[in-house]
Amino acid sequence: MTEIQPAEKVEDIEIRLLLEALYITYHYDFRNYSIASIKRRLRQAREQMGFANFSALQERVMHEPDMLPRLLRYLTVQVSEMFRDPSYFRALREKVVPHLRTYPSLKVWVAGCSGGEELYSLVILFREEGLEERTIFYATDINQEALHVAESGIFALDRVRLFTENHRNSGGKSSLSDYYQAAYGRVSFDKTLRRNVVFSDHSLVTDAVFAEMHLISCRNVLIYFNRSLQDRAVGLFKDSLVRKGFLGLGAKESLRFSRYAGAFDEFVREEKIYQKRGA
Amino acid sequence: MTTKAEAVVVGASAGALEALSAILPALPREFRLPVMVVVHVPSDRRSVLAELFQAKCRVQVREADDKEPIAGGTVYFAPSDYHLLVEPDKSLSLSSDEPVLFSRPSIDVLFESAADAYGEGLVAIVLTGANEDGAKGMRAVLDLGGVALVQDPDRAFAPAMPQAAIRLCPSARVMALEEIAMYLQKV
Repeated sequence: MTEIQPAEKVEDIEIRLLLEALYITYHYDFRNYSIASIKRRLRQAREQMGFANFSALQERVMHEPDMLPRLLRYLTVQVSEMFRDPSYFRALREKVVPHLRTYPSLKVWVAGCSGGEELYSLVILFREEGLEERTIFYATDINQEALHVAESGIFALDRVRLFTENHRNSGGKSSLSDYYQAAYGRVSFDKTLRRNVVFSDHSLVTDAVFAEMHLISCRNVLIYFNRSLQDRAVGLFKDSLVRKGFLGLGAKESLRFSRYAGAFDEFVREEKIYQKRGA
Repeated sequence: MTTKAEAVVVGASAGALEALSAILPALPREFRLPVMVVVHVPSDRRSVLAELFQAKCRVQVREADDKEPIAGGTVYFAPSDYHLLVEPDKSLSLSSDEPVLFSRPSIDVLFESAADAYGEGLVAIVLTGANEDGAKGMRAVLDLGGVALVQDPDRAFAPAMPQAAIRLCPSARVMALEEIAMYLQKV
């Protein structure tokens, strides 16, 4: 019998089929994610969920909806820190906040909020700057479980030392411990921080423009997308921002190669904070 | 010497600076392969490795950018606090996934993704280091037909990392730094 050599490796074919199946069945679209990362995460999921191959994993995910959230945990959950890259938050505080003060009401979108670290950092910063009361924060993610975690405001106590140090280095005007209570190895952030927060299920891949935003913070999300999907997301940000609105990206993300680069000015270049052009 | 080599990946930890200084500046100006390098550095904001080695090298050296197409004759360093991966279309991507073996960037993550992208066209090199990062990645490189070179642990500043790689990859070629540098010049 002749051995047929497939043009692609079997594993690559299986991954493509699995991503297609997830999209058709559940409308989760990872087809335009960076392949190398998604492959790593899928391999981790396959090993830890105990499947011999991706076809077997796909079979179960298709027929047992309970398997979906387990798989999504591997594919979407990001680990972040509060005030990650303190200099980013310092730049927001020193350079962006003075502009935001000129608006009577504000909308802030934390896109891909995951467990909420970035969201709470921004709410605390806005409270310290006296802007919280006039602001509505939209925290969105495609992962319902992550949204629940974000909404709970609970973090492991051993992470708080780093959060506290970051907060201080970001120019924090209060003590982070003012905002949480510690018990049983966890800290629970004050529920008043969520007063003006709307948590919502939203996909940068498949969903449409959000309301008129003054600041969008979306950090270390775009690196997981391929070029065309990055363009889609940045286009979404452009259309969601008010004129002169601000976009903050991760330290290693930029609009340099984006087809919408021309719609933005570099506002704080080294911190990847952009401002939508006025015209 | 292998003629099918398309790319080189290098992992180094404790003692990396000295080890890399014996290899990268020796690359000739006309070196045609891309070289992706992961060095464990503290996760503060900026890594100065690219600038440091650009001054010493005859090939281009820079810090990797997300979604950058890989160019030959160029050394790419992983930025601090991000994993560096190779995409199947031979571009680079970064990730903020959790550290692997307490490391971000992780040598395993680079090696495994590069093995997928280049297969037998990959040369992987594990240098000095005090942990076990790189061993699993080197295994993946060998399994897909690539070449594995390990710095001689007896002559490494920190032997643990080369030792771990040799344990998991007994067929890897153990070499002194000068031999590794010579190998690359002829690859």
